[in-house]
Amino acid sequence: MKKHSSFILYHSPFILLVLVLAILALPMTALAQDANPDTPTDDDINAIASEMFCPVCENVPLDVCGTQACAQWRALIGEKLSQGWTENEIKQYFVDQYGDRVLAEPPRTGFNWLVYLVPPVAFIIGAYVLFRGIQSWRQIEPETAPLPAETAITDDYVARLEDELRGSDW
Amino acid sequence: MIEDTHKILDGETPTENSGPKWGRLLIWGGLLILMGILAVGLKRTQEGPVQPGQAAPEFVLTSFDGEIFNSANYAGKVIVLNFWASWCKPCEQEAADLELAWLEYKDRGDVIFLGVDYVDTEPEALGYLTKFNISYPNGPDLGTRISQAFRIRGVPETYIIDQEGILSHVQIGPFTSLAQIKSVIDPLLQP
Repeated sequence: MKKHSSFILYHSPFILLVLVLAILALPMTALAQDANPDTPTDDDINAIASEMFCPVCENVPLDVCGTQACAQWRALIGEKLSQGWTENEIKQYFVDQYGDRVLAEPPRTGFNWLVYLVPPVAFIIGAYVLFRGIQSWRQIEPETAPLPAETAITDDYVARLEDELRGSDW
Repeated sequence: MIEDTHKILDGETPTENSGPKWGRLLIWGGLLILMGILAVGLKRTQEGPVQPGQAAPEFVLTSFDGEIFNSANYAGKVIVLNFWASWCKPCEQEAADLELAWLEYKDRGDVIFLGVDYVDTEPEALGYLTKFNISYPNGPDLGTRISQAFRIRGVPETYIIDQEGILSHVQIGPFTSLAQIKSVIDPLLQP
């Protein structure tokens, strides 16, 4: 017993140091657990959710949609992320379950191509029509030029008026 | 175009600078096709749900257990097709009554109840079925195909299809009682 007590006393500074280090290490361990890469953050979830739409809440992106249905979808995204699914795999899962309309950017297949083709084609056609219109207006312009001065002078009424004005003593 | 008009007024024939005819035809054709597609889409969105008296759309439902239910195989039976979701509070009002109705009809063999889970997540959907002890077949609306075919506007909605595949009743919103459910099914059944 005496031998045991003297061992503790002899090594007490070392034991104290170990204890202090262990206490200091506790919060660090907790922090390390918080930053577990397997647990997706809200930002990770919203990065995917922002590119999706829930069919129930039309025109509201999934990341900002406040309904219970959307909350369930976001939770499901988080669950899939923690299982190691990639963004594309998760999106494909939702497409399989709920159809193409869950995607903010429709896949480039079938009639969806219209979404991508119609705006630029309409712009090109519009630009062409505008160009042709401007061309036409430029060519018409000379026809609307003012009449020659001689024509104006031949007007008897104007000539008489000008004579009278010149003759008046204002 | 304005050029052409001036040329015609001046007695000239607008042959020059009138642009290739095929190009104009292509533009007009494209515009017509686009307007046609838009018109069809607009018509579909304005149509509303399938109405009683119309033939019910055919559908295939795969239940949560993996069993496949094809509406074409149920000719001669009354189908009660209920659209619901776990996040839908009004659906909870009718859940118990639907189950009671199913228990009353299931032994007859001429009525089938099918639940279509609309835009839902499976764990929550299964939790809902357990919570209300629902025993008739239920499955997810994969790709929202069934809800699109019936053009539903929300949940809950219930479609009663008669033995000939004709829609006999559309219930928008929840049933309020067991008696109400029976009142739309009983007239379709043989005494």
